[in-house]
Amino acid sequence: MTQTFMEPGMSKTTDQKSNIARRSDRPVEPTIFEKDSPGLRAIDLPALDVPRSELPEDLLGKGPSWPAIGQLQVVRHYTHLSQRNFGLDGEFYPLGSCTMKYNPRINEWAASLPGFLHAHPLQNDRDIQGLLELVWNTQQFLAEIGGLPAVSCQPAAGAHGEYTALKVICAYFKDHGQSQRTVVLAPDTAHGTNPASCAMCGASVVAVKTTQGYTDIADLKRIIAEQGPDNIAAFMITNPNTAGLFDAEITKIAEVIHAIGALVYLDGANMNAVLGKTRPGDFGADAMHYNTHKTFSTPHGCGGPGWGPIAVADFLEPYLPTPRVIKNDDGSFSLSTDHPRSIGKVRSFIGQIGVAVRCYTYIRACGPDGLTNIAEQAVLNANYIAAKLCDVYEMPYFDAALGKFCAHEFVTVPRRLLDQGVSLLDIVKRLIDYGIHPPTMHWPVHDCLMAEPTETESLQVLDHFCDAMLAIAQEIESDPESIKNAPEDATICRADEVGAARKPVLVWPEG
Amino acid sequence: MDYTQVTKDQQDHMLATVGVDSIDRLFEVIPEPIRFKGQLDLPQAASELELQQELTHLASQNHTAQDRACFMGAGAYDHFIPAFIDPMISRGEFLTAYTPYQAEASQGSLQAFFEFQTQIARLTGMDLANASMYEGATAAAEAVLLAVNHTSKRRVLVAETIHPDTLAVLKTYTEDLAVDLIMIPQPAKGAGRLNPDTVRELVDDDTACIIVQSPNIFGIIEPIKDLFHAAKEPDPSQTKRPGKQPIAISIFNPISLGLLRSPGECGADIAVGEGQPLGSPLQFGGPYLGLFAAKKAFARKMPGRLVGMTHDKDGRAAFCLTLQTREQHIRGAKATSNICTNQGLFALRATMYMTAMGPEGLQEVAELCTHKAHYLADQIAQLPGFSLAHPDAPFFNEFAVRCPFPASQLLDLAAEQGFLAGVALNNPRLGSVGCDHGLLIAVTEKRTRQEMDQLVQVFAQITQKTGGSNA
Repeated sequence: MTQTFMEPGMSKTTDQKSNIARRSDRPVEPTIFEKDSPGLRAIDLPALDVPRSELPEDLLGKGPSWPAIGQLQVVRHYTHLSQRNFGLDGEFYPLGSCTMKYNPRINEWAASLPGFLHAHPLQNDRDIQGLLELVWNTQQFLAEIGGLPAVSCQPAAGAHGEYTALKVICAYFKDHGQSQRTVVLAPDTAHGTNPASCAMCGASVVAVKTTQGYTDIADLKRIIAEQGPDNIAAFMITNPNTAGLFDAEITKIAEVIHAIGALVYLDGANMNAVLGKTRPGDFGADAMHYNTHKTFSTPHGCGGPGWGPIAVADFLEPYLPTPRVIKNDDGSFSLSTDHPRSIGKVRSFIGQIGVAVRCYTYIRACGPDGLTNIAEQAVLNANYIAAKLCDVYEMPYFDAALGKFCAHEFVTVPRRLLDQGVSLLDIVKRLIDYGIHPPTMHWPVHDCLMAEPTETESLQVLDHFCDAMLAIAQEIESDPESIKNAPEDATICRADEVGAARKPVLVWPEG
Repeated sequence: MDYTQVTKDQQDHMLATVGVDSIDRLFEVIPEPIRFKGQLDLPQAASELELQQELTHLASQNHTAQDRACFMGAGAYDHFIPAFIDPMISRGEFLTAYTPYQAEASQGSLQAFFEFQTQIARLTGMDLANASMYEGATAAAEAVLLAVNHTSKRRVLVAETIHPDTLAVLKTYTEDLAVDLIMIPQPAKGAGRLNPDTVRELVDDDTACIIVQSPNIFGIIEPIKDLFHAAKEPDPSQTKRPGKQPIAISIFNPISLGLLRSPGECGADIAVGEGQPLGSPLQFGGPYLGLFAAKKAFARKMPGRLVGMTHDKDGRAAFCLTLQTREQHIRGAKATSNICTNQGLFALRATMYMTAMGPEGLQEVAELCTHKAHYLADQIAQLPGFSLAHPDAPFFNEFAVRCPFPASQLLDLAAEQGFLAGVALNNPRLGSVGCDHGLLIAVTEKRTRQEMDQLVQVFAQITQKTGGSNA
């Protein structure tokens, strides 16, 4: 392995003599339930300043059997837990399809401003003009970026956005006397959320074949004929697709779909690759969702909160959820609820407004040129790594010599290495020893790794990743057994996930 | 600033490695007619300093619970949040981590979620809980879908007294499916709470579940034990119902369970709730977190992420995501839900809150809320023209009053005096659950006697000035 610049925390620390603390030396952190000291308090509260009013005895319960712990112990507990996590702030996190880009702290600063943080969702419009202006502007930004004019900020996450948009599409067809349109088509490489969202709308999903990652238009036409053109509600497509490729046939696909009166839904998971380069509304999409936690740098927070605002064409606008943020003729802003054709609500109150503040801040920081630059750098970074690794890690969709480039992420099916008797799991777990979070595994195809470096990483980090991948390949070539115990330097060795599913222990036992 | 960090020279080196002479080559795959030309119509980039100024200005346009004493509730409450939580969840290892798919690189969040699941299970008196959902209303809708799938029955009995947003989401989630929502009415208009006899009349062989919120939208504690009993025990004159028995779904307020009987103690099979009161700020309605707890029998049918305890190869305690075959990324259309994310960071806030409060702290918060709310209710009830909407019904931290004139007018005038005095029951965003003169008032542990006495005075002054003329 060539010596390259390494950022702190990124070096492989399997050397016992290393003066860098090994992650594997960190002691197990006992659960809070093992720290119970009845009578201790971490937080005190003010004394009661009004007379007591007792509730009827038969309404009262025995209260939760939680542990009692002092404040420093509480703080240490969560500090220790945090030290047992990889996070983007500390480690390269090239999870394909997740767009783990840097989360600027100015976004967090903005969201924590008291004027945003302490607004009650049922407050009078007059008291929350600043917030409504921010949300309205964010909607305008998202409309412009997607090329689709009407935006709903209600969906709580990407999958929720898919669901909401499908409801909107179904409502549109019902309103136009075409309630029989309940078949949704999606490529066989679609995100798992796509079919699951359809099922929740009472729609059935039919998978369309993909060839080399691309939608097979002949198969699409065959399925349309088979299902009956008048029964198709929509085609759901991710573009760039889940193989990390921009589907240049998208306008043809859209023509086929529109010709039968159905609509095109764009899963916006991969918008980072095309910001300012092309717009879903311009390539035929009628509706889309954003994953702001991917594209617009709102933090992933160990799995949430996400935000999945949707953007739709004009003719779908009447069906969007309520309440909606609108701008009045006098320049003021309101939340409006009077939309009789709306699908109603998909969650309580207005939306993930705390996330919207972060999204707004990010788009304002980047500006139009910055957004375009993001797409360019994200795509260059992915192609750079792919080019450096493709001789050792086979890439079914990448061949620079033939002009076959990837978008913002690349897929490798490392067949030669797997044939040496190692598993994909061995390879990715070994990356942890190099201080790198594993890429996405077995998706969109079996035995593949999908890596997405994002635009915010430095060249040094990209090189370190390539060096680590090549070093692992060498380790496998010389002794496949050597990586089977990986990770060697993590807070735990490999977890027994099979046992966990066979006999699930989902709570700490009482008593 | 776009936060990229590659220099021009480095870019050239990278392009050479790829074997192209310009970045444009990498985008040629996008057909010319659909390439976006020109510049997006967005404001030009702002520096961080300018952004701080702009956002400070926008934030200053809002008058919130920060500068007004907040008596608003109806599903979102202004509770005390311990100071250590914000710096703790701001640690990059939590803030910037993804869903913990890779157990060896995610033990911190996995263990925290496992502890969260245990705390929620113990709070609700249920066997298990998931690692959180989007928010309370969708958690309730997912519970109903689970019950419908589990029982293969289609009738869903819905308490008329649940939060209107929850009802609205239930309607959205079920309208395209084989589900009938049957409302359980109040025994008399304005009763404020349900009667088990009504449930007994509505339940039949095709009933999948009953869903009840307590405290309900009016703040009233429902007789959930009796309601669930009525749903499950058939009329003595009838034989046992065929197929699976109706599932009892309880919608709870987590803070109230410091004092009130838990859903489990009341016979619930599934308990769902809005977790915002557990250490999350109001932030205009979200992000919050949905709480979802259930009996053991539902472990393999539950929606959402589940963390299990296991061990590693060396026998050390370890945690991992488990029972993933329920989930969309494995099951697609047959998944129990399309949900992909949990509300990780807000589940962390909640678990930190619950750990810091401990059992005594939660009980104290619940008691402070109860005593203060009852004090304020008593004071307002004594004001000329004001009365409690449900004087005989037990309540927790929220109650409805009848005002001598439209509540929205009262709220506007009270705002001028520095109060967010409550939520008008005819607020269109609340789905108009009440009359023009109905006002819903919530009291948390943050409210002082002085603030409450002032609020009563303000109400009295406003009434005097308007002379109750609109009454």
